[in-house]
Amino acid sequence: MWTERIPAPWWVFGLILLLLPIVASDFWLFQIMGWTFILGMIGLSLMFLAGYGGMVSLLQMSIAGMAGYMVAILGPSGAANVSLGLSWWIVLPAAFLIAALFATISGALAVRTDGIYTIMITLAIAAAFFYFTRQNYSVFNGYSGFNLVLPPQVFGVNWRDPLPFYYLTLACAALCYGAVVYLARAPFGLALQGVRDNPRRMAALGFNVTAHRVAAYALASVFASTGGILLVWQNAQIAPGTIGISSAIDVLVVAVVGGMRRPLGPFIGAFIYVLLQVFSTDILGFFGFSADRFKLIIGIGFLAIVLFSPDGVLGLWDRWRAGVAARKAATTGGGP
Amino acid sequence: MNAPIVSSRMNLPVAGNTSSGNALELRGITKMFGALAAISDVTLSVKPGERRAVLGSNGAGKTTLFNCITGDFLPTTGLVRFFGEDVTVFPPHERIRRGLRRTYQISSLFTGLSVMDNVYLACCGVSRNRFSLFRPRPDDALVSAAEILVGAVHLTDDKDRLVGELAYGQQRQLEVALALSGAPRFVLFDEPAAGLSPTERADLVTILTSLPAHIGFIIIEHDMDVALRVADSVTMMHNGRIFKEGRSDEIESDPEVQELYLGGGHAHL
Repeated sequence: MWTERIPAPWWVFGLILLLLPIVASDFWLFQIMGWTFILGMIGLSLMFLAGYGGMVSLLQMSIAGMAGYMVAILGPSGAANVSLGLSWWIVLPAAFLIAALFATISGALAVRTDGIYTIMITLAIAAAFFYFTRQNYSVFNGYSGFNLVLPPQVFGVNWRDPLPFYYLTLACAALCYGAVVYLARAPFGLALQGVRDNPRRMAALGFNVTAHRVAAYALASVFASTGGILLVWQNAQIAPGTIGISSAIDVLVVAVVGGMRRPLGPFIGAFIYVLLQVFSTDILGFFGFSADRFKLIIGIGFLAIVLFSPDGVLGLWDRWRAGVAARKAATTGGGP
Repeated sequence: MNAPIVSSRMNLPVAGNTSSGNALELRGITKMFGALAAISDVTLSVKPGERRAVLGSNGAGKTTLFNCITGDFLPTTGLVRFFGEDVTVFPPHERIRRGLRRTYQISSLFTGLSVMDNVYLACCGVSRNRFSLFRPRPDDALVSAAEILVGAVHLTDDKDRLVGELAYGQQRQLEVALALSGAPRFVLFDEPAAGLSPTERADLVTILTSLPAHIGFIIIEHDMDVALRVADSVTMMHNGRIFKEGRSDEIESDPEVQELYLGGGHAHL
């Protein structure tokens, strides 16, 4: 059975997440955990591209934002003069499709570049999309964006209530995480890692390297879009500020801090980011600093991680475990 | 080493259209790097199933020739035909899908993946499965094909090891396995024996000589012992040009060749 391959700590971890609502307050469920899962999914789409494909894209927040915007534009919202008010079962597939199309076209531009140039071209597209949404009123409703964007009451549940929203985001995050873990060992994922390590050899094995990279962008858009749609529902609104340059960089920070080599990394990074974002106000205030200095803490943390553990918090954890195992082996006389 | 394993155990699929014309035809291939002609005016044809050795000193243009055939470089001028089809401007993957394969002089493997994953990946590359989002089932045809290939290059005992952990000679054998995935019609071997021990060389010769008869190849090899044992014909290159062509035994005894390439004596044979 495939369940036997899941190690015991994961069952414990999963159980804790499932039972968390017993002890956690609504604020923790909705704000902290909900936001962690959402940011984690958007970070996961970057981890998939960068960790497996070697393509650092600053576009993932824009793709999430595109899906979020489509939900607001096609479905009902407070901006009734712009929103079309279609049913959710049309809106959701359309949002995923349009975001995937956006990712595919942008990806097709970006994959012709390498390294820092990929970062620059994706940043340029993200910036262009941000300014476009701010200046276009006929579709994106300009500066004010859309408010009152609420999740549909499917099964009679108000999905924006903290408890349902927690389980909704948890389920989506778990699905996205599982999908990435599974894909990594499927032919597409294996080939993506091959393309990362040795594109020339992959071409000599019959792979169309460019097509493979573009397809990775399209696939990663599914995770980003899931996060983007949930983000709109959580905030009940979307505006250009949601997809600004600083948000685009936050996604990179989240993925790097958590660790880009494994799908768990972005969720760890998102949790740290959200905790800092939410509680830094109190901590900073305690020391007499302005709450605006929150970015300073994030920045210092980011620098520390990049300097001391380029593979993120997960990398620190791996090395700590390896150290413990080595010490144990030393004390028991060289191990088995 | 072991008896001819490949012919008995490796039933490589036979692709169609192997009888008519040449497998590979190069006409007037020139490749310039700036003002330097790495190869100039190379015209060469190889029949299906023919095994050709390309000899020549370092810098004679042998590997550049391979790169022009596979599409890693586009030739500055000239024409490449593969089984009658003009593939001169095709990207590498399109040529590979038509049955061309190559190995690299410096092993070009996926060191972070296992032996099986490397070969499985090679098998996916030339199948429609290359975009599959589903993991293979245990009875997957490509997995069994990969297992046969791993066995054919004697790596079955190491199939789950990471390639980065393999010994050098084993990595060279894996190179060969990757080049035999799918239904190869023509293979370019770039110094497959470089750095191998005498035993490993003998093993490699066994693998090459027991390839199915319809698979032709060109082999670049400095070791005359290996080259002349596996090849029917020889092309000598010098300074980017074809200098001499002929049957292996003719070339071996040609005084001009001995002077230029073998330095007058040939102790290997």
